[in-house]
Amino acid sequence: MKKRSIVPYGPQHPVLPEPIHLDLVIEDEKIVEAIPSIGFIHRGLESLVQKRDFNQMVYVAERVCGICSFGHGFGYCEAIEDIMDVEVPDRAKYLRTIWFELSRMHSHFLWLGLLADGFGFENLFYQCWRIREKILDVLELTTGGRVIFSVNKVGGVIKDITPEMAGAVLDMIHSVKKELDVIVPAFMQDYSVVSRLKGVGVLTKQQAHDLGCAGPFARASGIGSDMRKLGYAAYGDIDFDVVTSTEGDSYARCDVRIREIYQSINIIRQAIEKLPEGEIAVAVKGNPQGESFIRIEQPRGEAIYYVSANGSPHLDRMRVRTPTFANLAGLCETLKGADYADVGLLILTIDPCISCTER
Amino acid sequence: MAVMKFIPEALKNLFRQPVTTSYPFEPAEYPERARGHIEITIDDCIGCGMCTRACPLGALKVDKNEGTWEIDRFDCVVCGYCVEKCPKKCLRTAPGYQEPEPGKTSQLYKKSEEALRLEAEKKAEAARKAAEAKAAMEAKKKAEQSSAEA
Repeated sequence: MKKRSIVPYGPQHPVLPEPIHLDLVIEDEKIVEAIPSIGFIHRGLESLVQKRDFNQMVYVAERVCGICSFGHGFGYCEAIEDIMDVEVPDRAKYLRTIWFELSRMHSHFLWLGLLADGFGFENLFYQCWRIREKILDVLELTTGGRVIFSVNKVGGVIKDITPEMAGAVLDMIHSVKKELDVIVPAFMQDYSVVSRLKGVGVLTKQQAHDLGCAGPFARASGIGSDMRKLGYAAYGDIDFDVVTSTEGDSYARCDVRIREIYQSINIIRQAIEKLPEGEIAVAVKGNPQGESFIRIEQPRGEAIYYVSANGSPHLDRMRVRTPTFANLAGLCETLKGADYADVGLLILTIDPCISCTER
Repeated sequence: MAVMKFIPEALKNLFRQPVTTSYPFEPAEYPERARGHIEITIDDCIGCGMCTRACPLGALKVDKNEGTWEIDRFDCVVCGYCVEKCPKKCLRTAPGYQEPEPGKTSQLYKKSEEALRLEAEKKAEAARKAAEAKAAMEAKKKAEQSSAEA
């Protein structure tokens, strides 16, 4: 038997955007096993439901994570609305869809940039983040925040998108699409980039299914699971296809995310076209009582919100199951047999969001 | 396989203007909706304390008798829930972020003398009216009693 050694990887590592620790069992340069451990940024946000009332919790839920912040606020509101049988106005549903897709776009651009940084392509990294900046500017214009939007509330949304703002969003997605067209060949065709991505960290469809992977990570392995097809918010009225790939390697994951950006552009266009007139929120009276279980598609995959309420302003329990947690098992599987030099890249390909995972 | 697909785009950057602004030498531009900090029109405040109860951080303090409104800007995350809850709409979010300070201090807003005087007058007026109404009520009761006795 060859000599095995254990290399600690993280929580502080240049390639990691957030702290996660992996114990890598290596033989020569090949990974034999990876043992993850999390728990560096646990903040106990879920238990805050017992100290803050259910309306205040919207703002706490948003702060679970900086990149998926809109989705968390949205998922929590959906769960409470489900318990209280609140029918959200159509306009609010469309506005939520637009903001959700904008946040998906900026999340995917952030990931593309991090990936480029991961394989050492600094210029491409900055190009991605330069484009992302435009999306953040539009989000700041329409919601008032660049990272935490605070536009969701139980019963609808707080702010409206005026026709001028809708015009600004359309202009932005038009120019983003043009600039994305320029950088896509660098990811998809450049010889050195492709050689770093193709055939690296393959996860078969069966493995992805057995390990319960979610989001673009699973879709790259051929599992067409997209919670948006459940038709929450305005997704039921919007025409879009689930983006999948069959290879299941890092290249496929990159491809899926790039195509999802184009898809988000398409969805935003449709949503702005169909944006109905009317109220943006309904008044909510009383306190929630009962349980609810909501599944939504975050930029990183399927997220689950469980809320249990007892008729008082304070909830009994809130639980969030985040996509990164589901994908950690898949990550450990892809790491087996990989080169040590590819570890950073492979961790990035699941788009880890550790703040979400630990809450 | 294409080699160096990105070279033309990278070379263009040599001749482009920088996309960043050289803040703080150039002022930063914020859109109108930017949630930078909370502002108050203190003279419109009725001291109801809705904002204090709404604040998820507990960053606000209101004293109705003194006519003061206090905010700890280092606790405030500018979520805007107090703005949402304020019945008099005297709170609003405004662009411009909190500047750094050596210590964690709170800012106190006090109603102007004019507003306090007006409020006191209104209170006195209301008290006078209430007293009058009470007196009228008592007189009416007395009259009813005497008529019943007669």
